[in-house]
Amino acid sequence: MVATRLARRTGFWLLLGASLAFLLFPLVWMALGSFKTQVDFMAYPPKWRFSPTLANYAKVLGGSDFLRFALNSLIIAVGSTLLSLLVGTPAAYGIARFRQTRLGMLLLSARMAPGIAFLIPWFILFSKLRMIDTYPAVMLTHMVVVLPLVVWVLVGFFEEVPAELEEAGLIDGCTRLGVLRRIALPLARPGIVATAILGIISSWNNFIFSLVIAGNTTRTLPVAIFNFVSYDSLNWGGLTAASTVITLPVLVMAFFVQKHIVRGLTFGALKG
Amino acid sequence: MATLASGQLAASVPARPRGAAVERWIDRNLRWLLPGPAVATMFLLMVFPLVYTAYLSLHEWYASSVLGPRFIGLQNYVQLFARDERFWPALVTTLVFTVGSVVLTVTLGLGIAHLLVRSFPGRGLARTLMLLPMIATPVAMALVWMTMMSPTIGVLNWLLSLVGLPPSAWVSSPKSVIAALLLVETWMWTPMTTLICLAGLAALPGEPFESARVDGASSWQVFWHVTLPLLRATLVVAALFRTIDALKVFDIVYVMTEGGPGFASETLNLYVFQTSFKYLNLGYASALIVVFFTVIAAASLLLIRVRRTAW
Repeated sequence: MVATRLARRTGFWLLLGASLAFLLFPLVWMALGSFKTQVDFMAYPPKWRFSPTLANYAKVLGGSDFLRFALNSLIIAVGSTLLSLLVGTPAAYGIARFRQTRLGMLLLSARMAPGIAFLIPWFILFSKLRMIDTYPAVMLTHMVVVLPLVVWVLVGFFEEVPAELEEAGLIDGCTRLGVLRRIALPLARPGIVATAILGIISSWNNFIFSLVIAGNTTRTLPVAIFNFVSYDSLNWGGLTAASTVITLPVLVMAFFVQKHIVRGLTFGALKG
Repeated sequence: MATLASGQLAASVPARPRGAAVERWIDRNLRWLLPGPAVATMFLLMVFPLVYTAYLSLHEWYASSVLGPRFIGLQNYVQLFARDERFWPALVTTLVFTVGSVVLTVTLGLGIAHLLVRSFPGRGLARTLMLLPMIATPVAMALVWMTMMSPTIGVLNWLLSLVGLPPSAWVSSPKSVIAALLLVETWMWTPMTTLICLAGLAALPGEPFESARVDGASSWQVFWHVTLPLLRATLVVAALFRTIDALKVFDIVYVMTEGGPGFASETLNLYVFQTSFKYLNLGYASALIVVFFTVIAAASLLLIRVRRTAW
């Protein structure tokens, strides 16, 4: 009896360890590689003990372009998220309060649609307007991903605001708009912050829209690192260092709002 | 009495300033004013482009040519279904990839959720760490996987050699490229199915499990005969969401293989992208998009239907 329980517990920890090893190995490999010299990285069998170097980071961050692309990514992520919050917050409140389930379904269908389906008209339109490779164009296209996500997540937070509080506000002579401004918004503020972070992450990670709509001046990090590899495919140290720098901010942000973003990460699949 | 009271009230309230009338109008129409801007934005960014793409699919047009679009009726579609040598293989590749992705991510997700739903020291940390693959920037992670998959000095072949398996060519051979991409896809999206299954497991009622225990069922029997049937709706939702996302796969394939070697890993999304932005054949690409979109819409409709009944 004791033996089987011990065997079971060992089995559990082994399975858990294997699962986490599988999910974390590439991230560990990336982090380790970013501190390796070219020689250490090219060693076979792979080296697990080596003298770490910061040369890769120095090279990546020292190049003026990388910081410029990082700034682009940041501007576009923050811009598209703010715009999405601006038009999305009222919509989310409406869906939550007036039970506009059809609008919810519209959001779901936006989540299903493949991004490529919109790219040709945008490409033509933005070319005609001479807006290819401008921040507004890239931000607008990113909103296709960010806006439905933001609204979907915010609906969940507004639903958590107790209706009694809002009714009390109405009875005290507040207008509906006043209730939204004075009661619902302040109460949902932590949720809005978490939502903003989620929006920024999804814009930061976006590849296909930036690939087509952004150019030299607005290029974002995912496109930049992809180009980097095309002409320097064997510089693995630089590659993993750049990947680490791109991914780390996202992971850190997600870490802080982890509990609040499950609804966003599973967009559409979970109610709560 | 009541009318009298309200009449008195109305009389005693002084005429409201104009701003108040506006505010009252806003309040009355709030129902559609609130979602208005978001709906308008989505219409502009999504519905209009879709309609335009459908229109363009009836035309021949190269963006590189000086001539404008020329109306050719359904010829693009005829070409696509009857004569296109890349469309059908791309469709098959997409479907194979999708089935593989759904089976792998849902199975693994269920398994990992089953582990993480128990209470053990460090569970919170494990749940956080488990999320990282789906949050990390996909392009960066695809490139990291490329270094791991190097046929000569890659760490994955070294791991294979540790357990006595022969090395694999991973993405550089047409034979193994789909499996290699599925490995990356599974790694990236198992966290999502895990989250869905965790939520499903947490919502399960306790009694069936207790009575099964009392009846002396083994934990495997409990899983197979109690957990799985109760979790059916959750698993269907997870599978359908994964189906839709896997049908649309782009980032990892574009970054790791660009559809190659040859066309061995060319999915529909890749083919559409190349036709649009490499060959600039916008009319034909639009027809491809309409077909691609229909495939996904069919899956989505199914999803929304199941989703309604499952709730």
